Amino acid sequence: MVVSRTALLAGTVLACVAVPAVAQELKIGVASEATSIDPHFHNVGQNNALRRHIFESLVFVDAAQKPYPGLAASWKAVDDTTWEFKLRPGVKFSNGQDFTARDVVYSVCRIPTVENSPSNFTIATKGIESMETPDPLTLVVKTKGPYPLMPLDMGVFGIISAQASGAGADLKFKKGGCEGLGTPPKSADFNDPAKAVGTGPYKLAEYTRGTRLALERNDGYWGAKPHWKTVVFRPITSAGPRVAALVSGDVDMIENPPIQDFDLIKKAGLTIVQGLSNRIIYVHLDQFTGPDWKTPGVKGTDGKNPFLDKRVRQAMSKAINRDAIVDRIMGGVAKPAGELLPVPLFGTSEDRKPEKYDPEGAKKLLAEAGYPNGFELTLGSPNDRYINDEKVAQAVAQMFTRVGIKTGVDSMTASTFFSRRNKYEFSAYLAGWGADTGEMSNSIVALIATQDAAPGFGNTNRGRYSNKTVDELTRKALTTIDDKEREKLLQEASKVGMEDYGIIPLHFEVTPWAFRKTITYTPRVDQYTLAYEVKPGQ
Amino acid sequence: MTQALPHDLGPAAAEPIRAERGESLLRRRLSAYFDTPLAFVGAGLLVLLLVVAIAAPWIAPQNPYDLAQLDIMDGRLAPGEKAAAGFTYYLGTDEQGRDMLSAILYGLRISLFVGVVSTLFACTIGASIGVAAAYAGGKVESFVMRVVDLQLSFPAILIALVLLAVWGRGIDKVIIALVIVQWAYYARTVRGSALVERGREYIEAARCLALPRSRIVFRHLLPNCLPPLIVVATVQVAHAIALEATLSFLGVGVPVTEPSLGLLIKNGYDYLLSGKYWISTYPGVALVIAIVAINLVGDRLRDVLNPRLSR
Amino acid sequence: MLVYFIRRLGQAALVVAVMGAIVFVSIYMVGNPVDVLANPNADAKEMAEIAGRLGLDKPLHEQFALFVWNALHGDLGRSFVFNEPALKLIIQRMPATLELAFAALIVSVLIGIPLGMLAGLWPHSVWGRGIMTGSILGFSLPNFWIGLMLILLFAVQLRWLPSGGRGETVTVLGVPVSFLTVDGLRHLVLPAFTLALYKAALVIRLARAGTREAMLQDYVRFARAKGLSPSRIILVHVLKNIMIPITTVLGLEFGGMIAFAVVTETVFAYPGMGKLLIDSIGRLDRPIIVAYLMMVVVVFVVINFVVDLIYAALDPRVRLSEQGS
Repeated sequence: MVVSRTALLAGTVLACVAVPAVAQELKIGVASEATSIDPHFHNVGQNNALRRHIFESLVFVDAAQKPYPGLAASWKAVDDTTWEFKLRPGVKFSNGQDFTARDVVYSVCRIPTVENSPSNFTIATKGIESMETPDPLTLVVKTKGPYPLMPLDMGVFGIISAQASGAGADLKFKKGGCEGLGTPPKSADFNDPAKAVGTGPYKLAEYTRGTRLALERNDGYWGAKPHWKTVVFRPITSAGPRVAALVSGDVDMIENPPIQDFDLIKKAGLTIVQGLSNRIIYVHLDQFTGPDWKTPGVKGTDGKNPFLDKRVRQAMSKAINRDAIVDRIMGGVAKPAGELLPVPLFGTSEDRKPEKYDPEGAKKLLAEAGYPNGFELTLGSPNDRYINDEKVAQAVAQMFTRVGIKTGVDSMTASTFFSRRNKYEFSAYLAGWGADTGEMSNSIVALIATQDAAPGFGNTNRGRYSNKTVDELTRKALTTIDDKEREKLLQEASKVGMEDYGIIPLHFEVTPWAFRKTITYTPRVDQYTLAYEVKPGQ
Repeated sequence: MTQALPHDLGPAAAEPIRAERGESLLRRRLSAYFDTPLAFVGAGLLVLLLVVAIAAPWIAPQNPYDLAQLDIMDGRLAPGEKAAAGFTYYLGTDEQGRDMLSAILYGLRISLFVGVVSTLFACTIGASIGVAAAYAGGKVESFVMRVVDLQLSFPAILIALVLLAVWGRGIDKVIIALVIVQWAYYARTVRGSALVERGREYIEAARCLALPRSRIVFRHLLPNCLPPLIVVATVQVAHAIALEATLSFLGVGVPVTEPSLGLLIKNGYDYLLSGKYWISTYPGVALVIAIVAINLVGDRLRDVLNPRLSR
Repeated sequence: MLVYFIRRLGQAALVVAVMGAIVFVSIYMVGNPVDVLANPNADAKEMAEIAGRLGLDKPLHEQFALFVWNALHGDLGRSFVFNEPALKLIIQRMPATLELAFAALIVSVLIGIPLGMLAGLWPHSVWGRGIMTGSILGFSLPNFWIGLMLILLFAVQLRWLPSGGRGETVTVLGVPVSFLTVDGLRHLVLPAFTLALYKAALVIRLARAGTREAMLQDYVRFARAKGLSPSRIILVHVLKNIMIPITTVLGLEFGGMIAFAVVTETVFAYPGMGKLLIDSIGRLDRPIIVAYLMMVVVVFVVINFVVDLIYAALDPRVRLSEQGS
């Protein structure tokens, strides 16, 4: 019987605590399961976190999302449209083969070919115009125009082995379809430990969907050896059972313990760490200026769009008591926000403070704008996407109502919410944005830049806010290679957007982890749980 | 998992109802109803809940649907703590600072409203279809009964869940979904008794008088099928309330800003492990009392109105 | 009989086809899966590409035709999220749900029959009345609330049992089962009891009615006259007789129990088919939702079909009336 054997083992472990080398297994209860082992199948948080254990990228980012050398030992911009990456020598794949520039080319080539991918990584490879490999350890990437984000993009996707995947000898990068790609592996092929060949600190050992995923230390790893010999990820999607599993000792560490259970966890003698994330929770107000503006969810304005008046937007921002939301709804586990990314991320400014709570000022502004009696509003919100999303939305509605904007909440499951939002069915909605790259350019381009398909601006700007100055500054930043100069431009763009109340920032989510007293973990801004960064404690 | 009690499984212990000559049928049945103390308790509770639900806007300390009256600074207070506005939260508050007592009173109102209205609609529609089918007979009848059987064989919860996942939240939507999953019960019940009544003399007589079909069906046939219908409808109100609560608990029922009892319980579920028991326990108690009261009444009505026992 | 068989078979096929169309069309009206699946950074072009890869760019009738074609070949679609056949994912979760449903069935019988027989033997006693009142409670208490209260009591307050999830499993004949491990049983107790409560109330009523009837039958009187001990009469003769209707009803209700496991599994975060359905609704993983519902439709239609045939075989009047109409 499995149980009795485990019990026996546990007994043995207890009996010889003196031997330190025993506890080399780490069991982690994760909140969402990776949907595939294939590093290129699905560009989504849990997959990207798992990917980092097995498949590495050229550029790494640290806990604060600052880039540092990974499989590339160094990189530089040769000119405005050329990036040169020097690859790390002596790196081997888990099957013993050497890692070379060819593998990078192969990985970039394979990305667009993944079948049935619900969201692939072409986002990170679209800047590449051509790729050359003058020698096995040098990669030269050409771009159309100046492309300062290339190093960040190179940190987004994992490198797979060209050899193990059956690449042809004539492999050559070509935009729109490579030559000599052979038959790229199917996503399901990676479920087999023998086929999941990467350079990472861990190798896939065993995978049973929905139950467990086991990793084994890659002893030939080029970098610092991780502490744990084996790592087991157990998906426990419901918060309560996840906490229970930790408290009862079934797992050593869990992701995202719910705020309301913090007391219980601490009382059980466990540690909680919290780290600021790159995710902002915000309210978008529909500022569409077209003549066919409908008023979904706005009543009592005679068909006028109240949000086109900056005073109304400012009033709504003043009406929100961010400290109260953080304290009461988020249990202190969040940080009031004054712009779209938290300090010290790239492009943020120390002096952008959260808006002060000022209901009287809000009422005055509304009266000035011609709405002394306010109006009626429906606030859309998902109910299962962000931490306490639906509850935050209700609190915001409560605060809007207090200054005269009678607000109801229409909350729904994320799938319905995003579909409806993308069809502009909400005049006001609450949502969140995690800046994958950790750079302000990402947040501005997505959330407040004017919608424009050509450069891919404003994809998530479903408030349809538009400000020429913001666009101009952002465009300039995106073609400025010099980091200092770029940061300044982004800070300015952010300032203009915030002072115009193009969007109403609420708070930054704080990501908690809980674990046994005997281990430590440094919280990451990107919310990833990386087993090789989990260290034994004192 | 409350469902209608299977029709013929009522306690056979029902005391045979003896009637004095000359008493009206209604009085006879009424007095028979109150023969057992439990039935008395059930009816009493039910009346109390109805009064409380209807009077909620006047007796609740707070209007939980008016967000301007809520204050998140009063969030998650334990039962008995004082509000900033002066009154006492006898049953505590939820995370929005919603007074649980007021929320329960209003929630009860929504739950009962949904239960009663959906039952009325389902009953009217189902009974009309059932009696019409029974009277028509032949192909029409067998077709309608196939549909009824088929629908009854599918779990109501699944049908309602899918419908509401498609439609989204809303009290109106919940009611429509409940009508759709419940009409078949009435159709079957009415058809059953109509089959018996169809062959009786008064229908023959009405036919001989060449009365219009619709008149025969709705004025003569239907009224005589009422007693079993009343029993089923009573129990179905409880069923509908439980189903609504379950759907709201699964997140597809009523809107969050106007919580029914089921939604209040769901909100409290998040805080269960952290010891804030009052957020989900008290609405649950109210829900259970309502359903038990209705079932007690329904159970007794079954005995009283059962023609096999009274004839 | 053959005519009857063919006609009923045709009806069953028609029902499956109609339900399939309704299910497919209504699920495809909900939202746009690309909005959920795509990386938030994706632009309009990438979103269009994703729709293309998943076959969502085709008009509804083409998608439906493809679905029907594949379904006829035993393929109910591929999960968008997991890139695996939807049916396979559901079947992987099936043992957990079946285990829960069977456990609940056993619990309901273990509670229901003794109590029902007690109430049937002494219907007018305090016990008899108490049990009947209790059964009303069993019918009334909403499933999910019972679950919550049990968690509150046994997991939070007393800390005797886990609050949710499935316990350790061992593999028997290739199927992972949890009822053979102590941990697995501990996880099974609360959800099984929650799911069983309604059925237990039903069994109480059936057992009570059956017992009362049986006690008046000749064979019981005869057994008594023969001097058999009361316990033997009750435990052997009466029990045997009341088991027939109980087994029939429970068999018919088993499907409903699996459907209601959706609620229980949600409360206890139990990784069965029902939880998969609820999760898939949240993720808008259409193929899984459709496959699950189609499976339910087929199972219920088959049960109805078989029951009809058995009735017809046993009762010639059914066939005759059918031909007459």
